[in-house]
Amino acid sequence: MSAAHGVPRRRPRIGFWTAVFFAVLAVFLFVTVLRFTRGLGATTNLSDRVPWGLWIGFDILCGVGLAAGAFTIMAVVHLFHLRRFEPIVRPTVLTGFLGYLFVVFALLFDLGQPWRIWHALVFWNPHSVMFEVAWCVMLYTTVLTLEFVPLVLERFGFERARRILHGVNTPLVVVGVLLSTLHQSSLGSLYLIVPQKLHPLWYSPMLPLLFYVSAIGAGLGMIIVESHLSGRAFGRKLEMDLLEPLGRAMVVVLAVFGVLRLQSLARSGALPLALQPTYEGRMFLIEFGLGVVLPVALLAWPRIRNSSTGLVTGAAFAVLGFIMHRLDVSVTGLERASGTHYAPTWMEVMVSVGLVAIGFAAFALAVRFLPVFPVQGHAPAGGSAPARRRGAESAGGEP
Amino acid sequence: MSRGILFDSTRCIGCGACSAACKEQNGLPPRIEERTTAYTWTVVERRGGANVRRLCMHCLTPTCASVCPVGAMKRTAAGPVVYDSKLCIGCRYCIMACPFEVPKYEWDRPIPLVGKCVMCAPRVAAGQAVACAVVCPTRATVFGEREALVREARERIASEPARYVDHVYGLDEAGGTSVLLLSGVPFARLGLPGGLPREPLPTLTWQVLSQLPDIVMVAAVSLFGVHWITSRRVEVRRSEGPDAPVEPPSGAPRDERPGP
Repeated sequence: MSAAHGVPRRRPRIGFWTAVFFAVLAVFLFVTVLRFTRGLGATTNLSDRVPWGLWIGFDILCGVGLAAGAFTIMAVVHLFHLRRFEPIVRPTVLTGFLGYLFVVFALLFDLGQPWRIWHALVFWNPHSVMFEVAWCVMLYTTVLTLEFVPLVLERFGFERARRILHGVNTPLVVVGVLLSTLHQSSLGSLYLIVPQKLHPLWYSPMLPLLFYVSAIGAGLGMIIVESHLSGRAFGRKLEMDLLEPLGRAMVVVLAVFGVLRLQSLARSGALPLALQPTYEGRMFLIEFGLGVVLPVALLAWPRIRNSSTGLVTGAAFAVLGFIMHRLDVSVTGLERASGTHYAPTWMEVMVSVGLVAIGFAAFALAVRFLPVFPVQGHAPAGGSAPARRRGAESAGGEP
Repeated sequence: MSRGILFDSTRCIGCGACSAACKEQNGLPPRIEERTTAYTWTVVERRGGANVRRLCMHCLTPTCASVCPVGAMKRTAAGPVVYDSKLCIGCRYCIMACPFEVPKYEWDRPIPLVGKCVMCAPRVAAGQAVACAVVCPTRATVFGEREALVREARERIASEPARYVDHVYGLDEAGGTSVLLLSGVPFARLGLPGGLPREPLPTLTWQVLSQLPDIVMVAAVSLFGVHWITSRRVEVRRSEGPDAPVEPPSGAPRDERPGP
C-alpha cells in the first residue's frame, strides 16, 4: 500500500529523534512497571498533604485544555460555516483525539485503582464535579473518535460508513461543543470546593469560566504550535492565511481571559497580593506577564502576527502561560495550605514525558498513513510535487 | 436522630486509650503513629499546651461525600460518614477537598484504599457507643445524640466560663459536624482550621453544577440556530452564481485524489 496522503513516504530510518523516542519509551515502560508493582508512594512525591500532583496538574488539566482546539475549530467550520478553515480541521481533530487518549491513559496511572475506572458509569454521584467530568470526558472522547474515524474510513474506501457519519456530523459537532463546554469549565469547578486551601491569587468563584476561556485560547495556540511542528517535521509551509486569523482570535480570547482574571482578583480583594514579594506573588506575575500580557502584545502587533516566527512565538507563550496557570491552580496555589513543597519525582516526569512522546509518535504515524493534511499547492495526482520532495529531505524526523 | 461525639480537650490526659481501642475495633495494624494515617484513624496530639484528638469530624454535609465521583463516601442517617472501599477508584478528591484533612491514603500499597475514622458505624448501627468513648478514662470523649451533646457542651461552657473558650467547635463549621470540640485554648492553636464558612462547602459546587442542565439546553438551541442561520448564508452565496466563492462540501477534504 503506497498511500502518501499529502505527505511523502520516507524509508524508515533511525534518526536522532527516533532514537530519543525509543529511549524515552524504554524508561517509560520501566517506570510503568514500577508504578503498578510498587504503588504510588514508592514512585511519586504524592502524600496525604499533596494528593494531586503533576499527573493531575499537567496531564489531566493541561491535556484536556490543550486539546480544546478540536471543538473550537469544529464549531467554527461546521456551525459558523467559516469553511476556509477546513484544511486545519483534520490535524486539529487528530490532535484532540490523541490529546484525550493521552488524558485517559494518564488517568490510569494516577488512579489508585485504575481497573475500576468504569465505576463512574455505574455508581453515580451527580453532586460530584469529578463525576460530571468523567462522563463528559468519556462521551467527548467517543465524539472525537467518531470525528476521527472518517479519516480511516476514507483511507480504506469505506464510502458508505463515511457517508453515514457525515450525515450525523452537525449533531455530533453540537454535542461535542456542549460536552467540551461542560467539562472544560468543570475542571475549574473541581477547585471551587477548597476556598480555604487554594491561595486567593488563584481561587475564584469564576474558576469554571476562567478554565473555559483559557482552554479556548490554549486550544487555538496549540493549533498554531502544532502546525509549526508538523510543518517542520513534514516539510509543509505554514498556512499563514489561516493561522493569522487564529492569532487575531487568540488576542481577543486572551484579553477576555486577562480581564476576567483581574476582575475576579479585584472583586475578592486579592489584587494587592500580586505585588507582594511572596512566592505566590512572583508566580502570579510570571504566569500573567509571560502567559497573557506578552502573547497579547506580540499577537496584537500586525508585523509580528504576520510573520510565521512571531505568530508561533506568541502562540507558544500563550500555551506556556496556560500550562503555568493550571499548574499554579493545582500545585503552587495549594502549597501554602498544605505546609509543604511538592516537586514531582523523575518517575512522575517520565510518565508524562513518555505519554507525550507516544502522542507525538502516534501523530506522525497517522499523518503518514491517513489523509490528515490537504495537499499544498497544485500537486499533480501522482503526489510528487517538488515542494513536498524538498520537505522530505529537510525533515530529518519528528520535530 | 443523629449521633455524635463530644471531645473536651480540657479533660483529656493524653493516655491514648482511644487510639488503641480504635485500632482493635477496626482491625488496624497495632502500631499507633504520631499523626493520623490510613492505618491510624485517631491520635491525641499535644498542641498549644493542650491535648487534642484528631479524628474524622463527620460533617452533617460532608465535603468528601459530595466530591466522590462514585459515591464511596456517604453520610448515614445515624451520623457516621462511612467509606465503601469496594466502590473507591482511588481519585483522592476526598483527600484533596476535606477541609479538616481527614481522609488518608495507603500510599505504600500497590492497591491502595482510603482510611479514615468511620465513627464505629457497625457499633452505632447496633445501638452501641463508639469504641473510643467507651474506653476514655476521663470521659473526655463522650458519645450520644448530637442535639444532647450540643446542650451538654453549652452547659459546660456556661458553668465554667474560665475553663473554656466560648465556642463549640463543629456547631456550624462547614455546615456543622457530628464531632464537637471544647477547648481551653483558642482552636487555631490546636491546629483546627479556622475561618471555615458556615455554609456547607458542597454548596459552592452545587451552585454551579445545578445550573448546567439549563445552560446545556440554551446552548444546544443556540448552536443549532447558528448552524441554521449561517448555512443559509452559504446557500445564498452559492446560488448567486459561479463567481461567488464556492465552499467545499463539509467533511470532504480538498484533495480528492484517486485512491491507491
